[in-house]
Formats: sequence, C-alpha cells, structure tokens
Amino acid sequence: MRKVGLRVVALGYLGLVLVGPLTMVFWRTFEHGFGTFWSTLSEPNTVHAFELTLLVAAIAVPLNTVFGIVCALAIVRRRFPGKGIVNAFVDLPLALSPVVVGLSLFLLYGRGGWFYGFFTGHGVRILFALPSMVLATVFVSLPFVAREVVPTLREIGEEQEQAAHTLGASGWQTFWRVTLPSIRWAVIYGVVLTTARCLGEYGAVAVVSGRIEGKTETATLRVQDQYENFNLAGAYGISLALAAIAVCVLVAMTMLRPREGAPA
Amino acid sequence: MSIVVAGVSKRFNEFVALEDVSVEVARGSLTALLGPSGSGKSTLLRVIAGLEQPDAGSVTISGLDVTHRPPQDRGVGFVFQHYAAFKHMTVWDNVAFGLTIRRRPKHQIRTRVAELLELVQLEGLAKRYPAQLSGGQRQRMGLARALAVDPEVLLLDEPFGALDARVRKELRAWLRRLHDETHTTTVIVTHDQEEAMDVADEVVVMNRGRIEQVAGPVDLYERPANEFVMTFVGQANRLGDAFVRPHDLELVLEPNGATREAMIERIVHLGFEVRVELLREDGEPLSVQLTRDDAERLELDRGQIVYVRPTRQTTFT
Repeated sequence: MRKVGLRVVALGYLGLVLVGPLTMVFWRTFEHGFGTFWSTLSEPNTVHAFELTLLVAAIAVPLNTVFGIVCALAIVRRRFPGKGIVNAFVDLPLALSPVVVGLSLFLLYGRGGWFYGFFTGHGVRILFALPSMVLATVFVSLPFVAREVVPTLREIGEEQEQAAHTLGASGWQTFWRVTLPSIRWAVIYGVVLTTARCLGEYGAVAVVSGRIEGKTETATLRVQDQYENFNLAGAYGISLALAAIAVCVLVAMTMLRPREGAPA
Repeated sequence: MSIVVAGVSKRFNEFVALEDVSVEVARGSLTALLGPSGSGKSTLLRVIAGLEQPDAGSVTISGLDVTHRPPQDRGVGFVFQHYAAFKHMTVWDNVAFGLTIRRRPKHQIRTRVAELLELVQLEGLAKRYPAQLSGGQRQRMGLARALAVDPEVLLLDEPFGALDARVRKELRAWLRRLHDETHTTTVIVTHDQEEAMDVADEVVVMNRGRIEQVAGPVDLYERPANEFVMTFVGQANRLGDAFVRPHDLELVLEPNGATREAMIERIVHLGFEVRVELLREDGEPLSVQLTRDDAERLELDRGQIVYVRPTRQTTFT
C-alpha cells in the first residue's frame, strides 16, 4: 500500500511538472497539421537559429569537457594552495543566475569595460556576436563535467594509476590508458548534461547577443521572439524541436550506458 | 647489493613515517619488511618504488641512484595489497600492459603473456575481467603483471593481506617457489611475523619509522636484538627483567626451589599444541606452550595451582 502511494506521488509529480507541459507543446504544434510545423521549422531565420545554437554548443562542449576533466584531476589528485577555492568556484555557475553572467560579460566587454579597448583596437567584435555568446554559454555550462568526474575519480582511487607508473607508463600514457577509460561514463554523462545546458541556455545569451534575427538569435531566443510576435505555431514548433533533441540525447545516453553489474 | 637505501627520512605533516633508515637488500634475495601498522614498512617500500619521494636520503637500485627518478624509470615491479587491477581490461590486457607500453612486438607480447598466465595458473581466465576473479586469482594476475616487464626488483605491499587464511598460505608457498625459480630480488611488506619467517631469507623488523633488527628468521627468533623484536616476533612472557618464550617454560605440579606459583586461567587446544594461560601470584599473566601429550600427562584443569620454571630466558641490557 505504501509502495503504491509513493509511486502515485512520484508519477503524479512528474506528470504535472514535466509530461503535462510537454504534451501541451506537442499537441499545440500539430494542431494545425504537420505542414505548418514543417514550414515554421524550415524558415531561413529559424534554420539559422538552430545552426547557431549547434555551433555555440560545438565550441562550448569540447572546451568544458577538457576543462572539466583537467579541473577534476587537479581537485582530486593534486595538492596545491587555493584548492578549496577552485573547488567552490567550479560550482559558482550553478548558483549564479545566467542573467548576472550576461550582465558581467556586458560590463567587461562593453563600452567602458576593461577589455573593450583591447578587442576593439584589434577589430574583434565580442558583444552582439558569436564570441560573447560562446563565453556566456561556456560559463553557464562549466560545472557539469567536473562535477560528474570528481566523485568517480575519488572512488577509483590512485592505485591503478600508480600501478601503471610502476609498469613503465608515463603520466600521459597513464591518463589515456587507465584514468580516462575508468572515468569514461562520468565524462559521457557530464558531456550530455553540458550539451543539454548549452542547447537550452537563454538568460546569459539573451543579454550579450543583442538577439539580432538571422544573426545572433539562437533557438531558445527564437522561441521567445516568435511568441512575442504572435507566431504561436512557430514558437511551439521550435520548442518541440528543442525538446525532441533533448529526448534523443537522453535516449542515446541510456542506450550507451552499461547494464548494472556488467564489467565496466 | 641490489637495493641500497641510505639515510632515508619521510614525514607526512607531523607524522614521522621514516627516520634516517638505511638498509641493504642482497641481489636475488627474498627480504621481508616486518612491523606493526604505522611502523613505516609500506612507506619504505613505496620510497624504493618511487611512489613516495623521501625528504632526505637516497635509494640505489642495481648500482644506479634512482632517488630522483619517477617510478616508470626504476625497473621495479610493484604488487598492491588491493590488487590495483585495471578494471576495464581483461586479465590478458592487464598482464600485457607493461609490454604494450614498451611497444614490444606483438608476437613477443603474445608468447610472454601466455607464459606468465601459465606460471600463475590463470591460462583459462585470460578473457575474464578482474571483477570476475576471486581475490587470490586477482593477486596472481597482479604478480604476473608486475613480472611481465622483467623487473630488477619485485616489491610486494602486503600482497596477501586481503585474502583469507588458507589462500594466503597457498600463495605464500607459491611465491617462495616462484622466487626459487626466478631469483628476482624480492621485497615483501607484511605485518604477519609468521608470514615473514615462512617466506623470507632475511627479515627487516621495523618499528616507529626505524629499523630494529635485520636478520634471518632463525637468528631473529633465537637472538632478538631488543625487547621490541623479542615481543613482536613470536610470543614472550616477562619475568622480572628477563623474557621467556612460552615453550621455554616448564610446568610441574609440585614446587621445587626454582619454581613460581601460578593459577590456570584458560587451556586452549591448538591441535598438536596446547596453550595454557596462567595468572601469577602477583597478578601478571603468563603463557605456556606444551605438546598435547605433555598436557594430557599432567591432567591440567582450570583453576588448578601449578608451578613454572624457565628453561631458557633472555635479558636485554
């Protein structure tokens, strides 16, 4: 009886906050038929928005993956002054509102900011262009790989790496042959979360991009844009496409994951 | 000499793990580092392997000063207490690791790994993963992995500590046979004095980061250098200033001039031996070891008053 009660609560909650709204979007999208859905998605500015979203993710995800692994290795395997601060700062993007991140970038790179003169002098445009959008996305999606990898590194311990050293492996060889294979599931999981965060980022990018249609508008910004311009079908269509990508990523991850109990 | 450790000290924050330790290990010997936990024996082994950097002193392996060399350039094989198996690799790949790193030709690796798996009796399990092996099998894999690269010295850190008593005894005998065949200079860390005496040619007794005595098993037992060695290596009773082994106490039912009175507290039957635990009149405990036949002849009972006399005792000045 208690088990059934718990199940009802869990499923009910999920249904209310997750499945319900998604179903709604799904239903609204196809209300006017598949044709409408397809024509909104194939509109050039929407296509560009998706391309831009994917491009930003394609830059931010590899950067944060490398940084996350290096950072986790430093936190777990090294002793250095200020380690506690590094550990705490990795979590900062989780606590900070993305709008604040956007604003701080604005203050740094905008007119009168510290780096404004330098980049303008070299003819590089940061704000209202790809660089600032990448910076904002990198910032908000920074913690996920490190947070997944740190506990796994702690759990596997240092002995396998020491064994590899005594068997003649250099630090680099040990990393590729022993450490990375041992943490690969944590890395993959972290990459999936980072990707999801990058695709869904709105607040920080909204501040720094300038939201120029067909130029600096990402998919999430486009949803808002279409909604404000009373093109509800367009807004729903793009939302559904974003949701579909998220579901695909989740399914791919579940399929990749080794079954419980199988040798890792 | 194969390994020369000279004046090595090592601290971990406030804790002094090794204090000015010097020791030499002969080529082709099997040496045990014996001591209670916290005595520095594992740290010494790790310093030899290069897994710890000493604060002072030097380590020489086969005439080469390796103090500032990383572990991978020392020519050591290391076996860990908890196996340190590469969990994502098969038994075969684990054993082949050192050879693969050294980019040996494929056919050579194949022959060598097959040879080693046969040596450690894991031929049929080459395709298994470490998680599918028993503790004893994992440790034999660890040994094969360490031996694959033909190390100058083989270092074992409590290799059988995580195994049950029977498997431990088997592997110990097997290690001894292996050493007699290969003659690789071997250092084994253990806290088990029986294991050290059983397997090693030479035993280095350590306590609180220092070396107490270096001797063969017989000398260590018969001629301990000090009180610590006397009491740590084998059991000993204290009689005033003297120490007496439990089997060097004679137990009789009638007093004579040289005997002391004691009461039987407990009689423990250990197969061939019988251990009698006594309480002396001054409240000090005494342990006496008898053969089963002697114990039966005396018809001992709990609470009975008996008389003991040392037949052999040791004093330290």
